[in-house]
Parts: sequence; C-alpha cells; structure tokens
Amino acid sequence: MNSAEFLLWVRGSGLQIALWIFLFGMLIRLLEIFLLGRKKNLAELRASGTAAGLRTMISRSLPPGGNIIHRPRFTFVAGYAFHIGLFVVIFFLTPHIQVIESLTGLAWPALPTPVVDIFTVISLVAMLALLWHRLASRLLNFLSNGGDYLAWTLTFMPLLTGYMAYHHLWFPYTGLLAAHILSVELLLILFPFTKLTHTFTIFIARWYNGMMAGEKGVQS
Amino acid sequence: MNKERTLGEILRQQGVSRRGFLKFCATTASLMALPPGMVPTIARALENARRPSVIWLSFQECTGCTESLTRSHAPTIEGLIFDAISLDYHHTLQAAAGSAAEQARESAMKENFGNYLLVVDGSIPLANAGFSTIAGTSNLEILKEVAKGAAAIIAVGTCAAYGGLPHAKPNPTGAVPVSAIISDKPIVNVPGCPPIPVVISGVLTHFLTFGRLPDLDHLGRPLAFYGNNIHDRCYRRPFYERGQFAESFDDEGARKGWCLYKLGCKGPVTYNACATTKWNNGTSFPIESGHGCLGCSEPDFWDMGGFYRALSEPIGLSARTVAGGAIGGAALGAASGLLNRKKKAEALARHEKIGVDELKDGETK
Repeated sequence: MNSAEFLLWVRGSGLQIALWIFLFGMLIRLLEIFLLGRKKNLAELRASGTAAGLRTMISRSLPPGGNIIHRPRFTFVAGYAFHIGLFVVIFFLTPHIQVIESLTGLAWPALPTPVVDIFTVISLVAMLALLWHRLASRLLNFLSNGGDYLAWTLTFMPLLTGYMAYHHLWFPYTGLLAAHILSVELLLILFPFTKLTHTFTIFIARWYNGMMAGEKGVQS
Repeated sequence: MNKERTLGEILRQQGVSRRGFLKFCATTASLMALPPGMVPTIARALENARRPSVIWLSFQECTGCTESLTRSHAPTIEGLIFDAISLDYHHTLQAAAGSAAEQARESAMKENFGNYLLVVDGSIPLANAGFSTIAGTSNLEILKEVAKGAAAIIAVGTCAAYGGLPHAKPNPTGAVPVSAIISDKPIVNVPGCPPIPVVISGVLTHFLTFGRLPDLDHLGRPLAFYGNNIHDRCYRRPFYERGQFAESFDDEGARKGWCLYKLGCKGPVTYNACATTKWNNGTSFPIESGHGCLGCSEPDFWDMGGFYRALSEPIGLSARTVAGGAIGGAALGAASGLLNRKKKAEALARHEKIGVDELKDGETK
C-alpha cells in the first residue's frame, strides 16, 4: 500500500470504522449514565435548576477567582494552555472545519494558519510539561495508571502528526496527512473506553452539580 | 537521419545556435538543481552524444502524453532533442505501419540490445490479454519482450507510472503500471496527466550526460522535478495561510485569486514541477487559470474522493453504516441502562431498614 492508497483508506473505510465505534461506544457510555436515573428530589424547589446548571457548566470551566495562588499553579497554567490550544486547533483550522462541514453541514470562519500553529505549539509544549510533571511527581506517578498514559498518547499523536504534516517535517506530506488522520481515528476508537470520555461527562457532571445546588437555592 | 552523427551536429543542422544550446543546458542544469559548473559538462556530453535508440510502447493510454511532448510549444530545443534521439518505434509518430512497424521495432531491439531506452505510456491490462493488443500480441507480452534488452525504462504519464485512469476504481481491465511487471530494470516514473515536456527532456539529458538515470523519490520519480510540493510553491499560498478561500468558482474569492483548497485543490499532496516550470512555454499552470490542482502526478489521483472535494473531507462515508453504529450503541446502552436500573431497584428492595425499635432491642434481624 503506497501513501496515496493509505490516505484514501483513512479518509474512507478507516474513518467509517472509527466513527462507527466512536458513536457506538459513546452512546453506550452516555445512555448507561442517563438511564440510571437520579433519586427523586422530594423537597420543594427553591429555584429552577436549569439556569444554575448552565451557569455552573461555564463557571467551573473558568479559573477560580482569588485563590488561584494557593492552588498548584503549574497544573492550572499547563492544563488550561493545553486544553485551550487543543480547542483552537480542532475547531479553527480550515481543513478541520471542512471535515466537520462535510459531516454535519455546520461551518464557521477559520483562524489564520500561523495562529493555529502557535496554539499547536502551546498544546504540544504544555502536554510534554504535564507528562514530565506526572512522571516526576511521586504522588501523580503513584496515582497514574496505563489508562492515563494511553489517553495522553492518543491526544498527543494527532497534535504531533498534524504539526509535522503542516510543516512537511521529515516525510512527504501525503504520508504524514494519512498518519495524522489515522491517529485521530485511533483517538476516536478508544475515546469511549478511556478517560477521554471526560470531554462529555465533565459537562454533564457540572450541569448536575449546578442544577442540584440551584434547586436547593445554594450558590454553586 | 544518420545515427552516427552526434546530437550537437544534428542540433546545428536544425538551426539551433550555440547560445540557444547553452541556454538549454543551463536551464536543464538549474531545473535539476545541478551546480552551474555542470553546464559545460552537460553541453559537452550532449554535443558528443550519439543518438540513442528509443522504443516507445503505447498501451492503455490516450496519446495525451505524446501530444504534450510533440505539441508542447513552437519548436524548442526540448522538441529538437526529442527529434535527435533515434525514435525507432512509436505508434503515433512513425511512418511505417503494420508488419513494417513491428519489423522496425525488432531490428532496433536486435541492433541495440542492452543499450536502448524503453519509453512506455499507458497501463497494462492483466484481467484479459485481449483487452489491449498490438499486432495481435498482448501488452504484457510485448512489454516483457522489449524490456529484456532495455538499458532503462521511462514510464511516461501516470498510467504507465501508477496505473492512472485505467487503474481507477473499479479497474475493469485489471490495469497495472510498468513497475508491477518489470522488476529487473531501472525504471524512472515520469507521471503527470500529461507530464511536463521539459521533465522528459530533462530525464533524457541526465541519461545522456551522466550515463545513468537521475535520483528518484520514494515513488520512483526524478527528485529534481518531483521534489517540490505544489502547495509549497503555489503563488496562492499566502491566502491559504490567511484563511482566504474561494468558496465557488465565480465568487469574490475566486475573482480575487484566493486559495482553491475548499474547491478541491490537491496541491498539498502533489509533487510536481508545474508551479515552477509551468506550462505552455512558461505561461501558467492550472491554479493560475483558476482551477485547483488535480494531483495528476500522484498515484490513484482519480480516486482521491472527487476533484472538487477538499482534501481533508471524508470520502465514501455511508451515513447508513455510521447511523447503524449509533443505533446499535443506543440500543445496547439502553439495555445496559435498564439492566442497571433493575439491579438498583433490587438492591433497594433487599436493603433492610433499621428503625429505632430494632435498635432499642439491641439486636437486628
């Protein structure tokens, strides 16, 4: 199989398989959570939980006000840098928007590629720093298992191969582009079965926390 | 033409000035990224080159490659050099026909056994020998026969190099490139649909100057001509970087000459010299005419998901299959969720309630 055939496969059958497994797995995981249900709230509602739920989804995604100095600064800075970088890279590069548009019909303006490039570098550096921190810190090292390193690798590879493809580093672009798409497909396939599901569940959890607090009239 | 005369003599006879000849040598040297010091070497080698015998085999092809070379532009030195080789067999260009033509091929093969150049355009059908024949002989047989005595093979055009259009899905004739059949001879792929004329003459010049074929890339193409990426050399590249794209062929972006990526330009995965040497006597190349690159010098360019779909877009996705995954996941998720619910209800039912009375007695059931 030459690199052109490889590219054809990852854009066609490969993506089909990956999307199938991703949707299959994510729906199992999410429906399992939703259908488990929650205890009925017998108390009278103090306020609507909806607004509080939405507010908490956003407020807990922002850095906590005031006391950040007492938190582990490194984790905060590197964590935010990596996540913001990843968000920008995934959703604001023209070829990525083209993929989303062809799958869903939704499109929005892209950022200039040098800007996306900077965010890619930020993400890559932050991820490497976080990995180093995880390995160097005795506590984190103790808490980490294979799943954590797998999730890190699955996230890191698309960033790295995408960066290499854009800059034509070491290999011809065709093969690099195919490797990049393949790395994303591996990410999609393992996504529902690793800690990467937090991309969805984190907002569900924040919604529940906010909603429950809101219904009790508690600020969250 | 007398085969004993040198290339230099023939060119002079054709009215090519010394100045024009050296200019060609310098252009070829710079095209092939050779140092300027090599120009006299090239000139000397070409001057003294005896006309090499060339046998040109056409298989499943459209003659576009020959058209490209012979009609490239008003007589040029590239064209004349082409005249100056001893083209002993070529369907389209030779005067002889029928058995006389085949005889010419056979005698050229005999006289120059081991030294002639074999040029092939077109792919070879393997599904049925009868799909493409020359004088009743199948393409496969004739290729094997002629390749035996060839010094080297030049696969001209994407069909001969990678299968090209006949090889496109579903490949009804079982078309394969030359390299799939011949493995014991040096093969240079000069792909393109058609290839740039100067690339052919460049490869010939290299062969005549150095007595060997040029350095090749991983797809068997001369690095000197196929080492550059169209996207990297494209004059519209700044618009790609800025995120300015033509969305259709007649919108404002198209009129302003913005990037054609969204309209399916395959420049990023295409390695060819179009953006540098250009076409029609250096006039322009397809992107300059407002159409995206088709990627014609790459394998399987017909199957790259459509000429007008962006390179990153998925191809051949079946919404039904993907939806099947979603439905399957939803069903399994629902079943598992309901099972968990049942488990929860059972656990709750089994849970023993302990009240004040039980505690008072100091015992539990």
